[in-house]
Amino acid sequence: MSNDPIISVRELSKCFGDFIAVDRISFDVARGEIFGFLGANGAGKTTAMRMLCGLSYPSSGSGTVAGFDVMREGERIKRRIGYMSQRFSLYDDLTVMENIRLYAGIYGLTRRQMLRRAVTVLDRLQFRSEADTLVGGLPLGWKQKLAFSVAMLHQPEVVFLDEPTGGVDPVTRRQFWELIYEAVADGTTVFITTHYMDEAEYCSRVSIMVDGQIRALGVPADLKRQFAVQTMDEVFRTLARGAKRSE
Amino acid sequence: MRKSFGSFVRKETLHILRDGRTMMIVLLMPVVQMILFGFAISNEVNNIDVGVVVPHPTESVRQAIERISSNPYFTFKGYLSADRIDQALRQGEVDAVVVFADDYDRQMDAFSRGEGGEKAIQIVIDASDTNTASAGAVYLKSVLLEGHAGVVSPETHLLYNPQMKSAYSFVPGIMGMIFMLICAIMTSVSIVREKETGTMEVLLVSPVRPLWIVSAKMIPYFTLSCLNLLSILLLARFVLEVPMSGNLISIVGVSMLYLILALAFGLFISTVAQRQATALLISAMLLLFPIIMLSGMAFPVENMPGILQVVSCVVPTRWYIDAVRKLMIEGLPFVAVLKEFFILVGMTLMLLTVALRKFNDKLE
Repeated sequence: MSNDPIISVRELSKCFGDFIAVDRISFDVARGEIFGFLGANGAGKTTAMRMLCGLSYPSSGSGTVAGFDVMREGERIKRRIGYMSQRFSLYDDLTVMENIRLYAGIYGLTRRQMLRRAVTVLDRLQFRSEADTLVGGLPLGWKQKLAFSVAMLHQPEVVFLDEPTGGVDPVTRRQFWELIYEAVADGTTVFITTHYMDEAEYCSRVSIMVDGQIRALGVPADLKRQFAVQTMDEVFRTLARGAKRSE
Repeated sequence: MRKSFGSFVRKETLHILRDGRTMMIVLLMPVVQMILFGFAISNEVNNIDVGVVVPHPTESVRQAIERISSNPYFTFKGYLSADRIDQALRQGEVDAVVVFADDYDRQMDAFSRGEGGEKAIQIVIDASDTNTASAGAVYLKSVLLEGHAGVVSPETHLLYNPQMKSAYSFVPGIMGMIFMLICAIMTSVSIVREKETGTMEVLLVSPVRPLWIVSAKMIPYFTLSCLNLLSILLLARFVLEVPMSGNLISIVGVSMLYLILALAFGLFISTVAQRQATALLISAMLLLFPIIMLSGMAFPVENMPGILQVVSCVVPTRWYIDAVRKLMIEGLPFVAVLKEFFILVGMTLMLLTVALRKFNDKLE
């Protein structure tokens, strides 16, 4: 493991016609960090994340993910990252095991690797008895935990989580974060967007986007001190108040 | 890469198998349609119940009635009095009534000499079903006037489908419609469904090439369509007794080409539509409607106004139906459908190019 940042972005922009969705953002994410990527709806978070995942080409600027250029090496990046979207990303009409097998196949895992990791995942989630249950019949919280585990199946260097805990009850959110901590303990870097400001407190560092630009970046404790407030929620609201774009 | 492609095909197959109801519909639809079009919806004259009103029985009247009762398409229901005609028709005792004139013999003589005689016979027919009524009236008239055809009587030979069985001509049409339905509509809906649920995004973040994702989707639908092709051909041959005199390999070959064309169509629709409902709507407007109206399946292309004939040229189904008709019913060799074949090849290549280009653009 090197000391180079796993994600490094310089002056990255994305325009749709006249509209500047992402306006010259720059930041680094170190290996093993939990990087919180915050911002109101429409601030440009998702667009920025899509560029880092190789789903969308940047209009200008540069960046690397896991050592590969986001402009030219999108396909190689895709092999090294995991991704879980805010919308549920597994197939309801397939069983837990069939979903695991599908994603294992997509990432080219051998049958033996797949079985070994499936057992690990099912044990960790205490899902063994549910292996042949259709995913559609599981409670939302379970689905989200499973989706996260499936995104981690090929042991990516960095995992992108787009509002993974939306609509999930507090207990399950807590369990979800335990999974995130376990992944970080195993050496994975976590890049997460969220609307819950208590979750922002769990991050190693956070950035806050307003109107396509990064307005604040740092360790949560430092940011609170800088804005002279008690919680991340207040930091966020102070910054978001100045937003010109909404929804 | 081959391994991940395999897991995709497997997943798509599972999707279809899990949705048992849809699969039943897909597999049974052609069977039901073949039986419906082949038997229920026939334009043939069949089982017409005929009553007669005879005010003045003579030998020639008796002969005319004999011709009706011995004809397999008519059922002679007996004699009626003139004032019961309406009642008998209303109560469904008879479908048609033949009223002989008082001076039938004299009128028929005049008719044979070509000097009038229009009032010899009156045919009263229940026209609540206009097609059967007009076909029945024409046929009834020709049966009654047999031997009296002193006027112009063109002799018509019906080739290829001498019994005028409607089943024959419907088979290629059904094939043209079913394959478009399954390949185009079902593939496009299944691709758009993944956009809608968000799973497509996850697939696009994976290292699998988008082209592989959609190809894997097409394979199970292609297989399903081949099963349907088999069931349609078997039904046509053994239940509807279509002679299938043409080259079977050519029929299957042209159908495969058409299946690929339909899949390309589905891919194209999926690049335009963002929601399943939109995909269905586009399919219905862009495919189903023109196919039924313009492909020659229901209405002969030759009878359309000129401008519609031109429009029908861009409906691929028209060419497919033409080709299958020639191969299956006329029994022509493959050389005879070369024109249709190359038009279909051209359309397939064009659609594939446009669909793939649009598909790749969309990913940005």
